[in-house]
Amino acid sequence: MPRQLIKGNEALVKGAILGGCRAFYGYPITPANELTEAAAFYLPQAGGVFLQAESEVAAINMVYGAASAGVRVMTASSGPGISLMSEGISYLAGAELPCVIVNVMRGGPGLGNIAPEQSDYFQAVKGGGHGNYRCLVLAPATAQEMCDLARLAFELADRYRNPVMILTDGYTGQMMEPVDFHSTPAAEPKVPDWAVCGTPETRRNLITSIYLQPDDLERHVRKLAAKYRLAEEHETRWENYHTEDADLIFVGYGIVSRILKSVVGMLRERGVRAGLLRPITLYPFPTAEIRRLVGQAAVFFTVEMSTGQMIEDVRLAVEGERPVEFYGRCGGNVPSAEEIFDHVMRWIDGRASQAVQEVLSHA
Amino acid sequence: MPETIPAHMKPIHAKADCLYDSYFRKEDNQHQTHYCPGCGHGITLKLLAEAIDELGIADRVVVVSPVGCSVFLYYYFDTGNVQVAHGRAPAAATGIKRARPDAIVIAYQGDGDLAAIGSAEILHAANRGEPITCIFVNNAIYGMTGGQMAPTTPLGNRTTTTPFGRTPQNDGYPLHVSEVLAALDGPVYIERVALGNVKQILAARRAIRKALESQMKGLGFSLVEVLSPCPTIWKMDPVEAQRHVREVMTSLYPLGVKCDRTAEREPLPARPPGAPLAELPRLLRIPEQEPAFERRGATGEVDLRIRVAGFGGQGVLLLGQLLAEAGMDYGLEVSWLPSYGPEMRSGTSNCHVRLSSKPIDSPLVSKPDVLIALNEPSLRKFLGAVRPGGTVLYNGSAIPGDARRSDVAMYALPFFEIADREGSAKAGNVVALGALLEALPVVPVEVVERAMARVVKSEKWLELDRRALERGRQALRELKAETVKEPCHA
Repeated sequence: MPRQLIKGNEALVKGAILGGCRAFYGYPITPANELTEAAAFYLPQAGGVFLQAESEVAAINMVYGAASAGVRVMTASSGPGISLMSEGISYLAGAELPCVIVNVMRGGPGLGNIAPEQSDYFQAVKGGGHGNYRCLVLAPATAQEMCDLARLAFELADRYRNPVMILTDGYTGQMMEPVDFHSTPAAEPKVPDWAVCGTPETRRNLITSIYLQPDDLERHVRKLAAKYRLAEEHETRWENYHTEDADLIFVGYGIVSRILKSVVGMLRERGVRAGLLRPITLYPFPTAEIRRLVGQAAVFFTVEMSTGQMIEDVRLAVEGERPVEFYGRCGGNVPSAEEIFDHVMRWIDGRASQAVQEVLSHA
Repeated sequence: MPETIPAHMKPIHAKADCLYDSYFRKEDNQHQTHYCPGCGHGITLKLLAEAIDELGIADRVVVVSPVGCSVFLYYYFDTGNVQVAHGRAPAAATGIKRARPDAIVIAYQGDGDLAAIGSAEILHAANRGEPITCIFVNNAIYGMTGGQMAPTTPLGNRTTTTPFGRTPQNDGYPLHVSEVLAALDGPVYIERVALGNVKQILAARRAIRKALESQMKGLGFSLVEVLSPCPTIWKMDPVEAQRHVREVMTSLYPLGVKCDRTAEREPLPARPPGAPLAELPRLLRIPEQEPAFERRGATGEVDLRIRVAGFGGQGVLLLGQLLAEAGMDYGLEVSWLPSYGPEMRSGTSNCHVRLSSKPIDSPLVSKPDVLIALNEPSLRKFLGAVRPGGTVLYNGSAIPGDARRSDVAMYALPFFEIADREGSAKAGNVVALGALLEALPVVPVEVVERAMARVVKSEKWLELDRRALERGRQALRELKAETVKEPCHA
């Protein structure tokens, strides 16, 4: 079928609308603006709602309202805006409301800059807002995935009645690649029976996150936790790239995973059996897959556009059984394949233990 | 009751139908509310419930209750209920109303909630003319949290956070919310009422009903501010608290209609119905036709990394996009990445393009096979990165003597001058593209022309671009002929 050369951010919006998204509330911030602008252009034509809110705080609460009313709803922002939305995200999770939140990451902390980083990993994966909750987090690496994961995000949000975050960056959002939209036929959004729609059928429904009695709240929180366990069992997604025989396994997501694929090729040309594990879901994290690879690999190498955040999850999965090395750039610097290759080669020749050196030079 | 009294005027001491008979969502005391004796919330809820009954809209009502003493409306209202964050009721109500325009959405907020933490949300919902109804219960104090200062607390009042009395120097002045909102164009009806005696309560009843009616007619934003007693926190008995409302509160906050545009305002137009699913791809401008060209008869693998660089405004990004579009039509995998990062600030523009017969791993082109440098700084910046054996196209009449490499093919052509002679210097980027097609058989010219027709919308510009493309090819052919003995400048 025909493909369309399109920016990742715009592909995400089209994928979302094909996936049933009918409302978008947002507040402008670079580098997420193409998303908001595409939503403003396409949603009203598709019979949906677009509204530019007065703030990120208002935007996420409009999302809360629309989700309460049973509409597939999305917002998009970048780090500083997601910080402002965090209160609302906690409420959405507490009230078990499905929605999709896109974070096109930029450099932080504070105002930082508008260049791409991956330093909102902790915020996305570990919480951001208050209380015992999780967002399911998806990390697209191509424009095609920006479309496909947007659609998946809505399905997961509905299945788990939980916010789903798409964690991406300025590069993946601004990059144009061919996208096949025909592989995702348009979905008819269904109104869930728990929604509050202002109709006789939904009149007795209640959306709330308040549980005043400690026992009630504990029950609720444990129910949420059970739901997250279920997601861990069924929704963990990843991509293996040349890991079958790999001694050195990179772990990287989003734009970095693309660069790491190049590095894998360069290392293999030099005789180092390298591979890549690319988490597609950052929560749930592909812990079991890393456990499986621990039996095979001599070393894990985490590469991030941050000072090291996902590496903590890699280390937790590896449980100290293998060295977990790290290479990171931040501030909006994107590591080149050559730079990562040089770093890894220097590490192999220098700081790597003799045992690891032997394994890596076996090839 | 005498039969002459109309149904909608049944005695106000009867329980409204849209209030639950017993409050099953409460743990204990399912027969009584959680409000203190003499609290204005009880009366306000009763008035609101009666208005809902009278208007026959209980099935359509969604009550939005944020934090504070309003949080528990779902205990009492047999309607749709959504509990939201502190201050955010107008935003959440907006989300509900936009999603379900037929719902009657009622945000029920206290003074701290609405006038402090939620001041932005109420201001903007009102200013948008959001067709929701806000019941604003103003008792000039934070009740549920135990008596801290509210934005509406009168000067001189002692609260737990103004232990020496509210002063304008430290705490600012009491906020007159209804007057502030009434100054906006969005609201259709704003009235301040009070619960100081039966007459005031009856006026409040009428105001609430009118606010709901204006929403039912789709006229716009309505708000009723209810001056309300808080005997517990005010440390008064209920009678004294009611007197305080009558005598103190109403003198600080004058009662009455602050704005009423219900007669002049037209109902908001209904949103058009959603498009049928089959229409979505067309509305989303998703192409339905297969590309015009396949990579027919092409042999061998392609993996070309191209960097295009120049000043902002030279059409650098478009040049790259045309290449990528054509590559895609030709059946290749392609990526196009605008430069991102610190260099954006120096007024230069550049992009990374990859064309490959295999799936593209990194879209970053740090070591290009081809560099198209539309200005000298770009040439100097990226020349060193070009792979040996690569190709450099430079906008100029000659390659600067100190920016040359012997291991790459370098061609200098004044792209923008050539374009200018064809009608507009703006087509210089397409001249460069033509030169590239001549220097390297990247994609057949007819494929590029087809892609160009899709990207360049105006027929006038397209005509110029077609000529520019041809002139670029011709110019490079001529340049090659001149330098046939030495294509690589030493």
